[in-house]
Amino acid sequence: MADRIEKRIELAAPISRVWRALTDYREFGEWFLVKLDGPFVPGQVSTGHITYPGYEHVKWEAVVQKMEPERYFSYTWHPYAADPNVDYSHETPTLVEFTLEATPTGTLLTVTETGFEKVPAGRRPDALRMNDRGWTQQIKNIESYVAKRP
Amino acid sequence: MSQRGRSIGRTPRRTPALIFAALGDETRLILVARLSRGKPHSISALTRGSKLTRQAITKHLRVLERAKIVRSVRTGRESLFEFDPQPIEEMKTYLNLVSRQWDNTLSRLKSFVES
Repeated sequence: MADRIEKRIELAAPISRVWRALTDYREFGEWFLVKLDGPFVPGQVSTGHITYPGYEHVKWEAVVQKMEPERYFSYTWHPYAADPNVDYSHETPTLVEFTLEATPTGTLLTVTETGFEKVPAGRRPDALRMNDRGWTQQIKNIESYVAKRP
Repeated sequence: MSQRGRSIGRTPRRTPALIFAALGDETRLILVARLSRGKPHSISALTRGSKLTRQAITKHLRVLERAKIVRSVRTGRESLFEFDPQPIEEMKTYLNLVSRQWDNTLSRLKSFVES
């Protein structure tokens, strides 16, 4: 059983454009649906809050690890640290890594998230509930989007 | 420190690490494969057809039992071991949900950079 997540996606945009979308904190917030308090700086904590409808109370907190221009960006965070009354700071975070490669048509982006074996089992039920609602809502968004643009 | 502290007690917390570690061994994977067909087996039955000793098989079963992937049930004088799919299912469900979350996030990134 794999204990990691890996996604590869082809983007029809130049690598410089994708790099900006990933590492400019305002642009990152646009698609990740988070309002960040300030720029990403390696070694520093990034704070903010989720803007996804219904989850505005959820804080964003990550530690930026590495930024190698137009090639690699990574941070650690606590996936679905959604309960404001729980202190997640002592738990081992997962590592999220974005790797960029130029292709003839744009950019190949690989995202990995590793370290789930350290996520305490006790937290999973909440994570599942949050996620499940989020997913249901997302399906509706996609349906209405597709319906508008056949 | 706190992690260890919370694990002490009658019912230790089941962490994914325990599940991954329990499955990270060929003998134990074979045992799980045999038990996952549904029928409980005794230690003797599981030792038959294996090159390992009864003692070694028992040790591996205890590791699986601690991860709650198998449980022992007593019938008369014998302990039978049976498979519990729940911990593995829970982990799969969790990772599937995180995976779908990334699919959604990345599709938003795609629309964002391609527009």
